[in-house]
Amino acid sequence: MSLTREQIAQRVAQEFRDGYYVNLGIGIPTLAANYIPVGMDVMLQSENGILGMGPFPLDEEVDADLINAGKQTVTLAEGASIFSSADSFAMIRGGHVDLTVLGAFEVDCQGNIASYMIPGKLIKGMGGAMDLVAGADNIIVTMTHASKFGDSKLLSACTLPLTGKGCIKRVLTDLALLDIEDGKFILRERAPGVSVDEIAKLTAGELVIPEHVPEMSV
Amino acid sequence: MAGFNKLVTTYAEALAGLDDDMTLIAGGFGLCGIPENLIKEIKRKGTKGLTVISNNCGTDEYGLGILLKDRQIKKMIASYVGENALFEAQLMSGELEVDLTPQGTLAEKMRAGGAGIPAFFTATGYGTLVGEGKEVREFNGRHYILEEALQGDFSIAKAWKADPHGNLIFRKTARNFNPMAITAGKIAVVEVEELVGEGELDPDQIHLPGIYVNRLIVGEFEKNIEQRTVRSA
Repeated sequence: MSLTREQIAQRVAQEFRDGYYVNLGIGIPTLAANYIPVGMDVMLQSENGILGMGPFPLDEEVDADLINAGKQTVTLAEGASIFSSADSFAMIRGGHVDLTVLGAFEVDCQGNIASYMIPGKLIKGMGGAMDLVAGADNIIVTMTHASKFGDSKLLSACTLPLTGKGCIKRVLTDLALLDIEDGKFILRERAPGVSVDEIAKLTAGELVIPEHVPEMSV
Repeated sequence: MAGFNKLVTTYAEALAGLDDDMTLIAGGFGLCGIPENLIKEIKRKGTKGLTVISNNCGTDEYGLGILLKDRQIKKMIASYVGENALFEAQLMSGELEVDLTPQGTLAEKMRAGGAGIPAFFTATGYGTLVGEGKEVREFNGRHYILEEALQGDFSIAKAWKADPHGNLIFRKTARNFNPMAITAGKIAVVEVEELVGEGELDPDQIHLPGIYVNRLIVGEFEKNIEQRTVRSA
């Protein structure tokens, strides 16, 4: 079975380490905040100017002056700080954020990522995604492995305008966890009950399949 | 003090001199920390042909979005179109010229514009449409593109507290682009929620010194929320 959104978020959270500063993109990455292991301290960075983002507020705590990068009302965690957008991106570009998790439309085995527009159809804008992929070393891209029509989104070369070039090394899909090394996808883990063949069929870019590919624990 | 008193009492006075075809830098992120009443005044004035530099363009109903309705904006420099249907429609039809700029690059372009730095190199956007036509340089084995600073004929921004000198304190994430927007405007107009007396702000706690502020006005704010998300107790 392919992973649900929550299971993808759970697997992302397994990459957290005690003392990490983490930026979570809009959508599935944000859900990973719900699965921070007990006893582990992780500080969430929100690029509109928060380090130490807390959960959604109670109804009576809602404050229009306190939102996250997805424009949702949030709270502050203990030890939080607030700063301007320039300071926020200085910490992102300066490589101070330990882990960045964001979504994508496509990735390819050269480490390229496309996530902000579909020419003629959809223009969301890149927001902070281009800065995040250029500034971070440790990035996980979360996405569905293929479109609903069965077209692979893990390509030999992205077809959509790029968000970043040669900057992605790890991809987590609803089917598998893969690394990108030397122009190839390396299959590291598969979703419970999903076969290697199934993953291979839906991966258009060159795929290396190690002898043993463990199932994820989610 | 008189020479340093930035206070004006009417919105017409706050935006006197803002004319058609000027460049305007606006603070705010989504609807958070936006200079609501200055935007409304621009709508009332009917200023046209504006180039607007701001992270977003509000929503269809609030913020800078209200200037799209009357076609007052000719060109938008922003990082995110997002949920603004009118923005996306005018962009797709080609009616509105849009320069999509990465959010960190946009913040840095404003910061540089206010700090007398004409351009800077960044890895952001290298190898993408953003980097097309821009100078590329290699430093320590990585590629960087040259991005030029931005300045505005006017900047409009929102802060929480000010003293008459225009020393400012922002509140929570309503800070966002506001400090840089203010520094990058030839005439910086700031609206605040609260005015305190001279000497009442602790100099150590001031987020932006008054030297950057030209005009100051006290306003009443609606503070609309785009996505009200709550948890249950």
